[in-house]
Amino acid sequence: MTSPMIPPTRSSRDLILARVRAAVRGAPEVEIPRGYRTAAPGTDLVSLLAERLDDYRAQVHVVPEAEVPGAVAAALDRRGAARLVVPGGLPEEWRRAAAAGREIVRDDPPLRADELDRVDGVLTACAVAVAETGTIVLDSGPGQGRRALTLVPDYHLCVVRAAQIVAIVPEAVARLDPAAPQTWIAGPSATSDIELNRVEGVHGPRTLEVIIAS
Amino acid sequence: MSRTFVGMPAFPRNATRAVQNSQLRYNLRKATHTIRGKRAAVVGELPDWAELRAAGKAIKDHTLRNLDTYLLQLEEAVTRAGGHVHWAADAAEANRIVTDLVRATGETSVVKVKSMATQEIGLNEHLAARGITAYETDLAELIVQLGDDLPSHILVPAIHRNRAEIREIFLSKMAEWGRPAPERLTDEPRALAEAARLHLRERFLSTKVAISGANFMIAETGTLVVLESEGNGRMCLTLPETLISVVGIEKLLPTWRDLEVFLQLLPRSSTGERMNPYTSMWTGAVDGQEFHLVLLDNGRTRVLADEVGRQALRCIRCSACLNVCPVYERAGGHAYGSVYPGPIGAILTPQLRGLGSELDRSLPYASSLCGACFDACPVAIDIPEVLVHLRAKARHARAERAGMRAAGWVFDRPERLARAQRLGSRFRRLVPRRLPGPLAAWTDTRDLPDIPATSFRDWWDKTDGGRR
Ligand code: SF4
Repeated sequence: MTSPMIPPTRSSRDLILARVRAAVRGAPEVEIPRGYRTAAPGTDLVSLLAERLDDYRAQVHVVPEAEVPGAVAAALDRRGAARLVVPGGLPEEWRRAAAAGREIVRDDPPLRADELDRVDGVLTACAVAVAETGTIVLDSGPGQGRRALTLVPDYHLCVVRAAQIVAIVPEAVARLDPAAPQTWIAGPSATSDIELNRVEGVHGPRTLEVIIAS
Repeated sequence: MSRTFVGMPAFPRNATRAVQNSQLRYNLRKATHTIRGKRAAVVGELPDWAELRAAGKAIKDHTLRNLDTYLLQLEEAVTRAGGHVHWAADAAEANRIVTDLVRATGETSVVKVKSMATQEIGLNEHLAARGITAYETDLAELIVQLGDDLPSHILVPAIHRNRAEIREIFLSKMAEWGRPAPERLTDEPRALAEAARLHLRERFLSTKVAISGANFMIAETGTLVVLESEGNGRMCLTLPETLISVVGIEKLLPTWRDLEVFLQLLPRSSTGERMNPYTSMWTGAVDGQEFHLVLLDNGRTRVLADEVGRQALRCIRCSACLNVCPVYERAGGHAYGSVYPGPIGAILTPQLRGLGSELDRSLPYASSLCGACFDACPVAIDIPEVLVHLRAKARHARAERAGMRAAGWVFDRPERLARAQRLGSRFRRLVPRRLPGPLAAWTDTRDLPDIPATSFRDWWDKTDGGRR
């Protein structure tokens, strides 16, 4: 798609910058105190993440790394997912476990939104997870796919490796590259718009299932 | 024609009537008390909340002090990443830019993510007048849009509606806007959320242009950040071919690292969660999308020029100050006559719009100065200090000032309501009949609703307290 032709608004740019400069002239400089925690060693990361995700009513399983393929197959069986979209770069054993007895849809070439809407779910890895806030971060890296993949299907199964878990938010920010589009996920889609009570399940995946490889 | 806040009478009169609406008071009390408890619990959980708050305040102050540098840095980073940056000095210019961008795509409808900035500039009304339909997709915004209503809370714009009212709005209005509500819709929140999902699904999958705001913009990297709960934000940010984000210039943060502070402060202060369900971050044009960023001034540089008042620009729109405010709890959001209600609205609106109208001059009095808002604010905005400062700036007839004090004071003593009402009615002649001063420019870009040619009381009866 070509860029629309719109008249340049350079004069407003200059105007705004001039207004800013006039407004702050003579204002004192400000030191930024960073006395907050930037790490939280000694945390039992796996159990804290599991507990916090459970608080958001995600379905959580903690299994030894070797049992991840079995846990993937079991989760998909319970869900009754017959057609699954799987991004490139997922570990082969996980992909194979998902493919047994199921139709795997690839996102290459990229699926249209209505095509994504017709799969039963998506299986991904993740980039980082934050134990304290029960958050999983996807950064479009290997095994994660583009952002729409974990958005349109109603069921998201995500595998988190123990080494990907950090204790608190600053550790996650430090590990991530802002150039990559990111989605931070803390539980299934929810709303607090009706009388400020949290209700799970609006536009994003209504079920989030997480397998933590300990 | 969508309703707007333009021409609303001053706060004391709006508030006095709102206080009488028992359903509104019940809804507000229930909702604000629920969220207050949750917020206190998750804030108490963090051993370093005070340090995060101090850092958040200082990062924002530092950014504002060097806003010109950071705006230029942001522009460069977004452009480098394939995005287009536009500068809008006021609402009219922002609306014009967005309209041109939408027209260039050839589309006549857009999906929208909840955005205070686009409400502030009256974008939906502007687009509608030019044949472009803007569909709100946030559940609460949908409730407001379907109900032809006005938002009354920053985070939960339909906080004044309870589940039964929402069911009623869905049943009677969804069909006019798209897929009708299920016939056997109950008032269970789960069923209402499901109805919203079905209503919007097709629209998400097919609409080619989206309009959003942003919670944060990172100068260093050009990254935009949107926090949300439902996934409607992700739908709008991800699926359409063209994304237009309208963002106030004060939403900047200097570095990527600064997010480590604000991603802790904001969710805990707003919904009282450790983390909101979804946060999207993107830098420039990604996944084949065309990306436009419209940087909005619209009075912000005026606020920046006020040494005391500029701290209002630190606001991250968490709404914690609304939820703890005894005046907001009783008066509701509509009484503030602006998209920014509650304590932050009382200091931000009169500064953004100027003190030209009676409503805006009355807002600094919409407080008992109890200080609960300051304690709750994650970026330590001293709202009482700014209120007192603005009171000194808002030149008022002494009698009018007394009337406003009385109206604020009565919130703590409901039995004195009748007296305040009588007092209020004495000032009926001051209800604005036309838009004075700076507001006149603002209305250039919007269709004027009925300006009360009648008394406030008649206006209120006619509109059921601003609901119609
Ligand atoms: S003033 Fe402070 S408490 Fe109120 S919305 Fe803004 S950041 Fe939140």
